[in-house]
Amino acid sequence: MIAGLEYLLSFLLALVIALAVIHVGGLVFPYLMRRLWGFVGDRHGPNRVGPFGFFQPIADGIKLFTKEDITPARANRWIFLLAPAIAFSTPLLVQAVIPFSESYTIADLNIGLVYIVAVGAFGVLGILLAGWASNNKYSLLGGLRSAAQMISYEIPLLLTIIVVAMLADSMNLGDVVARQENVWYIAVQPLAFIVFLVAGVAELNRTPFDLPEAESELVSGYITEYSAMRFALFYGLVEWGNVTVWGLTTATLFMGGWRGPFLSGPQWLAVKVILMALIIIWFFSTFPRLQVDQLMAFAWKILIPISILNLAATGLFITLWPDDYLVPTAIFSWSAVIIFIAAFTFMVKKILLNKRLGMKAREEYEPWLLHKPPGPIPPRRQTGL
Amino acid sequence: MTTDYNVSYLSVALLGLADICFVLALLGVSRLVQRRNPYAAKLTTYECGIEPFSDSWSPFAIRYYLFALLFVLFDVEAVFLYPWAVIFRSMGVTGFVEMMIFIAVLLCGLFYAWGKGALEWV
Repeated sequence: MIAGLEYLLSFLLALVIALAVIHVGGLVFPYLMRRLWGFVGDRHGPNRVGPFGFFQPIADGIKLFTKEDITPARANRWIFLLAPAIAFSTPLLVQAVIPFSESYTIADLNIGLVYIVAVGAFGVLGILLAGWASNNKYSLLGGLRSAAQMISYEIPLLLTIIVVAMLADSMNLGDVVARQENVWYIAVQPLAFIVFLVAGVAELNRTPFDLPEAESELVSGYITEYSAMRFALFYGLVEWGNVTVWGLTTATLFMGGWRGPFLSGPQWLAVKVILMALIIIWFFSTFPRLQVDQLMAFAWKILIPISILNLAATGLFITLWPDDYLVPTAIFSWSAVIIFIAAFTFMVKKILLNKRLGMKAREEYEPWLLHKPPGPIPPRRQTGL
Repeated sequence: MTTDYNVSYLSVALLGLADICFVLALLGVSRLVQRRNPYAAKLTTYECGIEPFSDSWSPFAIRYYLFALLFVLFDVEAVFLYPWAVIFRSMGVTGFVEMMIFIAVLLCGLFYAWGKGALEWV
């Protein structure tokens, strides 16, 4: 009886902490993003509410909290209500297995890595349901795009997490952090880290993979019909909560988790999460959005072969040198990263400098543009949803 | 917090329950403080300002169903790989080679699909 009560109290405390993490992420990161985005675009960004506009997200939150919450007459009322709750479960449930310090984990599961992947997929379900329940064409397209993205980028993500499990010889996140006592896995497996970063940004639907909510073509996609607090839930808490939790996961898997000198565990985690959020904001302010076909091709033709190769190589090194596999793995991974960056730069340079592509298209269509049709218009290449 | 197996999963289940309760409570409280004035025009579906002309719950051709089929294959592969990843040290070279054969077959499948044009957006 007493043990049960004790458990319940400690669980409630853990719940409050988990919700606080999401809310702090949902308040601080949008502010940070808008300020930095403004800085990149040579604008001010929010600077009126409070010092440096720091209370802007709070003002936004209060405004959205008191606005009228509209459910479209033709929407499916219950799924429309349920979708934010399902989407919100991802940032909340993933935190259950993250070790915040040596002793603090809400649920120290021995299959933590599988659990993170499984729970992480709920978010896409929420988005898909939101898109369908809105009974809006934009929302439906947004939801379907989100599903397309998820089925492509989930696989590199899964295969990369397996690499971490192989290196740590455990799927428990506490063990993963303990194995990184001497060297972080980002130094051993930078290739896995980069694949995880790209696939993670795609799973989070952030730029350059923000097709599900592309505000310039789909008017915010799956959140078109969401207003007031439901919008705040989706846009602020779920999206930026997901960024926060993804930062926590990355920090735990690749950056030594809560370990670090001088500061305490949660403080180190906060530093690493802010670092990952800054990477996302940097992507957000510099990269253009991809096309759907480019996005799918990138996942299936580049990321999946790379991650399978990485997995096989890591397995080979661990089998060959069971005691000191870290050095050969690191040598392989770093050289692979250098080779891929060189190849990628070469490719991008070639594409950018290759004006022939643009010229060819222009030559092909110019007669029609000048109102001198020499025949039927050549068929356009179909792209995208 | 606790290391006991059942208690850990109880925490996860309670978190799931707390998630639903929190979202419903948040929306409920928000509903109490907001001023509500719904009317027909406000409740219509947004469609660039024009009258919405049809339901969007119609049969819809999902163009990426081939990707979805491949996804199922690779997802199952991943499920197979996870347990292997933590025990292959004790299985020695045999376990490694066996799994590499499995992965090679799958990769052949991926390249076959690639060659057949399944990875092109149609």
